[in-house]
Amino acid sequence: MREITYAEAIREALREEMKQNDKVFILGEDVGRFGGCFGVTKGLWEEFGDERVRDTPISETAIIGSAVGAAATGMRPVAEIMFCDFMGVAMDEITNQAAKMRYMFGGKVSIPMVVRTPVGGGLCAAAQHSQSLEAWFTHLPGLKVVMPSTPYDAKGLLKASIRDDNPVIFLEHKMLYGVKGPVPEEDYIVPLGVADVKREGKDLTIIATSLMVHKALEAASLLEKEGVSVEVIDPRTLYPLDEETILSSVKKTHKALVVHEAVERNGFGGEIDHNGEGF
Amino acid sequence: MGEEKLWINMYTSMLRIRRFEEKVVELFAQGKIPGFVHSYIGEEAVAVGACSALEPTDYITSTHRGHGHLIAKGGDLKYMMAELYGKKTGYCKGKGGSMHIADVDLGILGANGIVGAGLPIATGAALSSHLQKNGRVALCFFSDGASNRGTFHESLNMASIWKLPVIFLCENNMYGISMPQRKGMAIDDIADRASAYGIPGVVVDGNDVIAVYEAVKEAVSRARAGGGPTLIEAKTARWRGHFEGDPQIYRTQEEIEEWRKKCPIKRFEEKLLKMGVLDEAKIREIEEMIAKEVEEAVRFAEESPYPEPEEALEDVYA
Repeated sequence: MREITYAEAIREALREEMKQNDKVFILGEDVGRFGGCFGVTKGLWEEFGDERVRDTPISETAIIGSAVGAAATGMRPVAEIMFCDFMGVAMDEITNQAAKMRYMFGGKVSIPMVVRTPVGGGLCAAAQHSQSLEAWFTHLPGLKVVMPSTPYDAKGLLKASIRDDNPVIFLEHKMLYGVKGPVPEEDYIVPLGVADVKREGKDLTIIATSLMVHKALEAASLLEKEGVSVEVIDPRTLYPLDEETILSSVKKTHKALVVHEAVERNGFGGEIDHNGEGF
Repeated sequence: MGEEKLWINMYTSMLRIRRFEEKVVELFAQGKIPGFVHSYIGEEAVAVGACSALEPTDYITSTHRGHGHLIAKGGDLKYMMAELYGKKTGYCKGKGGSMHIADVDLGILGANGIVGAGLPIATGAALSSHLQKNGRVALCFFSDGASNRGTFHESLNMASIWKLPVIFLCENNMYGISMPQRKGMAIDDIADRASAYGIPGVVVDGNDVIAVYEAVKEAVSRARAGGGPTLIEAKTARWRGHFEGDPQIYRTQEEIEEWRKKCPIKRFEEKLLKMGVLDEAKIREIEEMIAKEVEEAVRFAEESPYPEPEEALEDVYA
């Protein structure tokens, strides 16, 4: 199978969904001719034009807020927030609008929108451009939260997210954009809520997210030489969470280690740990 | 619709809002309505003037003081009252209550508990209309207080650069809870802020339903023709406190009395009487019809069941 990068896989998902459905459009800062701060949307403006690949002013609140309004009225916006750290600027639109509208209106509206945003450190970009804030979003009923670790998953999960009728926060890792992997050319999706066993093992289960999946796989290779067999599980979506895959692995290995990049306290790792109390 | 019929409809709609709100105030005081209630009494001309200039398929976003907007857009008092009571038969199955009461089928994208949150949502609905080329406009009701939020500035700017079909209608009732407008901003007219975004800014008398209607009508034609957004400031006042139970220590009784003298309904009624469009018999007929509607709404709400506890977790996801 051909290999493409994580960024290219995301771009392919966007292109394919935009071709298939004229309700899908992109909005965000510098996503047009400039191609996005990390180059993810490069070429899409040339292909789809100003109307469907919309450069916005530096107005995160209006980006997410207008995506909510557009989603509530028949469109499927894919908004890009340049860094996850900037989501705070639009947090009311995420928390009180996108996540709550359906519930508050008695299920009479759906908000099919995706917010793509890069998380994580590794660029020496300091404290306002390096955070992994996934726990902010998993705490909010009404949102789905996706965190792919490979090009294959990124493409299939983004396509599933765009087709989903709920607001989806799609967290990309900036250190993964250049990582290559096999990605089919044909149409496929990776369903939300299904974890992936990235490596099978019998002594220890590592549950890792995003870039940490790769670190866990490296560690597993090293441990293999020491005679320790490690199973690596990538939940891929943090909500809905595939507890079954995680629990059945831990039932087998009796040991679990959670690895994520976020601040440890009140993080998503704690949630997995809590869910696994019955191990 | 002939002009006279339109006027009678406008008069009826204003009166319907007034009588509904009076009943809501009474029921809230009796402890029958849970949560918070923000009365629209005194501001009826804004909702009715504005919504009368819209097509049924157009969108609105409303505020925490949203009952009037919903009635003006065609809301049914029965489902409204049931929603206020928290009953299962309400517009939002009892989960929205006063602050989120909405009928999505009427193009209402929510009343909103967050001041200023409707502005980007209306902008997005207008973007959606623009992309789908369906000719619909979005009208955003917001307040003087909301015009100090970032959502106002980001939305007006975005709607302006993209020439979106949206009307930003500021209901300036002069207070953000206790904060008088003059303490919260250094300008007299919020409409002046339009010039910063290169769009028209219009001030209207918010107690003159025809003035509101004419201003919104012009903004709607401009929006539908691709001319972009308009900011309209309707100057008015709420007669009640910010919320039911507000002691209103920030304004005098005289000030409230002055505004009661400028009652938008009385004013329109006198005009229509003078023009011969209305007469005392017709007014009585309208009053009786509305009294029945309100009475029926209360009965419907009281007789309706509450949602079951397990329904609390429904409708979180599509």
